[in-house]
Amino acid sequence: MSRMPKRGSAGITRRGFLIAMTAVGVSFGFPRHLMAAMDPASPDGKVLPSEGDIYEPSLWYSIDTAGKIKVNIMRSEMGQHVGTAIARILADELEASWDDVEIIHVDSDPRWGYMVTGGSWSISQSWPVYRQAGAAGRTALIEAAAKKWGIAAKDCKASNGKIISSKGELSYGELVTMGLTRQFTEEELKTLPLKPNADLKLVGQQVTSLDIANKTNGKTIFGIDAKVDGMVYANPILPPTRYGSKVVKFDDSAAKAVKGYQQTIVLDDASGSVPGWLMVIASSFNAAQKASKLVKVTWDAGKTANVSEADIIAHGKQLLGDQTKGSILDTGNTDTGPVFASAKSTIAEEYITSTVLHAQMEPLNALVFKNQDGIWEVHSGCQWQSLTLPVLATALGEEEANIVIRSYMLGGGFGRRLNGDYTIPAALTSKALGGKPVKMVMIRPQDMLFDSARSASVQQLKMAFDDKKAVTAMEHHATAGWPTQVVAPGFMPKGTNGEPFDPFSITGADHWYSVGAQKVRAVSNDLAMATFRPGFLRSVGPGWTSWAVESFMDEAAHHAGKDPLQFRLDMLIAEGRNAGSTPVAEGGAARQAAVLKKAAEMIGWGTPQAKDTGLGIASTFGQEREMPTWVACAVQVHVDKTNGIVNVQKLYIAIDAGIIVDPNGAEAQCQGAALWGLSMALYEGTELLNGQYKDSNFDTYTPLRLGQTPEVKIEFIPSKMPPSGLGEPAVTPVAPAIANAIYKAVGIRLRKIPMRPSDLKSASIKV
Amino acid sequence: MAKFILNGKPMTADVESDTPLLWVIRDELDMTGTKFGCGIGSCGACTVHVNGRAWRSCITPVSLVEGAEITTIEGLSEKGDHPLQISWQKLQVPQCGYCQSGQIMQAAALLKDIPEPSDKDIDAVMGGNLCRCMTYVRIRGAIHEAANAIKENNDEQNA
Repeated sequence: MSRMPKRGSAGITRRGFLIAMTAVGVSFGFPRHLMAAMDPASPDGKVLPSEGDIYEPSLWYSIDTAGKIKVNIMRSEMGQHVGTAIARILADELEASWDDVEIIHVDSDPRWGYMVTGGSWSISQSWPVYRQAGAAGRTALIEAAAKKWGIAAKDCKASNGKIISSKGELSYGELVTMGLTRQFTEEELKTLPLKPNADLKLVGQQVTSLDIANKTNGKTIFGIDAKVDGMVYANPILPPTRYGSKVVKFDDSAAKAVKGYQQTIVLDDASGSVPGWLMVIASSFNAAQKASKLVKVTWDAGKTANVSEADIIAHGKQLLGDQTKGSILDTGNTDTGPVFASAKSTIAEEYITSTVLHAQMEPLNALVFKNQDGIWEVHSGCQWQSLTLPVLATALGEEEANIVIRSYMLGGGFGRRLNGDYTIPAALTSKALGGKPVKMVMIRPQDMLFDSARSASVQQLKMAFDDKKAVTAMEHHATAGWPTQVVAPGFMPKGTNGEPFDPFSITGADHWYSVGAQKVRAVSNDLAMATFRPGFLRSVGPGWTSWAVESFMDEAAHHAGKDPLQFRLDMLIAEGRNAGSTPVAEGGAARQAAVLKKAAEMIGWGTPQAKDTGLGIASTFGQEREMPTWVACAVQVHVDKTNGIVNVQKLYIAIDAGIIVDPNGAEAQCQGAALWGLSMALYEGTELLNGQYKDSNFDTYTPLRLGQTPEVKIEFIPSKMPPSGLGEPAVTPVAPAIANAIYKAVGIRLRKIPMRPSDLKSASIKV
Repeated sequence: MAKFILNGKPMTADVESDTPLLWVIRDELDMTGTKFGCGIGSCGACTVHVNGRAWRSCITPVSLVEGAEITTIEGLSEKGDHPLQISWQKLQVPQCGYCQSGQIMQAAALLKDIPEPSDKDIDAVMGGNLCRCMTYVRIRGAIHEAANAIKENNDEQNA
């Protein structure tokens, strides 16, 4: 399917088209950009045609003469039902009838602005934009109806897809049929009056997400289902190291026996995404993957061919030991030295997290070709189009304007598809074949080998206490491979010492507890960076920093002789920098205290437990201080001391994410996120072994299964504050809550995840 | 030449006899509802019914199912209204949705064998189906929901 198919009115160039589309008041019967977009509710993903002319009050939607509203969604659908939630925000403000709403996941056209789906940002960032857009349409429709009736706009009101007054009713479709051209400048949009939050009718109500039905009957189109006429299949051969390997020679004589085998190509990659790769081309997937196993390749391996997990950890410890390394975050008073020097007592502990793989269910794939208009089309699920496009441009030696990423449903994102490196080998192969359509599908071991793993981390925390065992200072030193440093180093802010840091690798350490002087230091682990490509994995930095902070808070509470819940509440004071400075963060530490109390109430904190059973609690602010999602986790855990098996019996989450737009979807995100937290706490984790991840398939890489799923309860704190995010935050407090419960149950403190039965057994012997 | 019955219709495909059934269905016969996950039968995304039993199509050479009746998610019900599909929609089970064809096909086989499964039955039979979005809580609920719906329907018919 071409992005710019030649239709009746052939001859419009893509560039000319873009100019036409961005001109004010353009009204096409069927906008051409929709040819390259996807409606997750239609059987083949195709966008349904509009009726008659359309009116576009803003970039974000159109209304046709039948009153159908097509909402443009530039966020990718990967299980969050994000299109439904965003369309609910718009439809509510527009006073549309929900039955008239369709959603469209758009392609990577620059008109949509910066395209990324991650960071739990989608709803929080879309909230003001789509409310303004909805208000624009409502205003225009009311004005048009008022004019038609010859009455004042204030005497008309919008409701359920109609404008109503004493003169009668006009549907949105009728008003569009009469011809609507009203456009709004950015300034006008900002001043439009929004409905009071109390009047919102769709937001906060139950709805069936528009992508659900197709996901129960096999009709959803994922990237792996993309197909065009004349395409060939490609399967890669990956080198022994992520970087620096060079192909010396290859021998494909055995592959030639495979029916359908065509050729093997050594990739020449100017973007540096896939050095040392070969691609095996065949007429079917099966032939390509069979042949690729038969090609014999000799490489000059890169320098990291002998690096293993223990080396990364040891190097991390060495880096943390050198106080001159890394970046110091602005946490107010960072001068902890004198406080520690005069402390009555101190504690210090070290926490480790292992390498974690994304292992999203849909293996990495991409279909790339040059279409008849000379545009490179990339058909693939993608979370960060605006980052991937320039890399594709470098690899293909093309201008970004001549490349488009078409939107498909993602068979799981979890951050893996933020890094679009998997589109590069397909693009380079297509280029080598003169623009022929090339579909690359990785087999699972290739997908895992090529993962942008969550880096292993080492963290060292210390705390100072006065003579009353009150906290007077805290330090948190953390090192890991930094994902932002690999793919977008320009996005890294500078710390108070002028050194850059990856916020996605340290946020969480800059918590909302008032601990006196506070120093947070982030150090990039250069050995990790050289050995693999660290990635963003659901919850990213807070996935490991929260593990350390919330385990350590428990240890500190025990040192101070206080109840771990009360110890935390005593330090959650919404004052100064912990009062919250952005609209989303308003309320600050007091809101974190509220979710902690709620989670404690849910689990029955303080009630006596059976033998070897304990309750544990932990709390975080989700992903970032500017957009906090307050979350607390309480668990009930039983430990079998004979075999070290931890059985999580109850997993309860209390969460404050401001206004909840789509309650069912929000609950689903939190259930999934909490179980990710459990999975990473107990069941999944790999290690680097001689430059590669040790595990390559689900036989040995073992995420949570149904039988390991405990009772899960999610409760939202009712709120009138603007929404924050929900995709990741519930991951973050789960692992420390479990570790804290294990300590309570059997007196064993584990400081490394995943917590394996063998770790408990060996610790148990020591105790 | 492979021959079998797919969703009630006789099919032939010109493929090597060792080609996994999954790829014959997906690439030769253009039914993409059945998904590729692991290639070693350990994730369940490729689950189809072969003569009514749940099979992992990614490790099933097409030669093994010569003449057999194969059912995929597209053929589970005529209008996408199998009680499991209805309960899956009602409880909004799918997130990304990639594994859900396999989950539903596995669950459909489960309900044939055990019409009123306990949580333990569900844990045991569904244990081979991985869901990376971790929709497990709702999968469990939707299987019970569908089992109840089938039972009520049968009770009405027998009343």
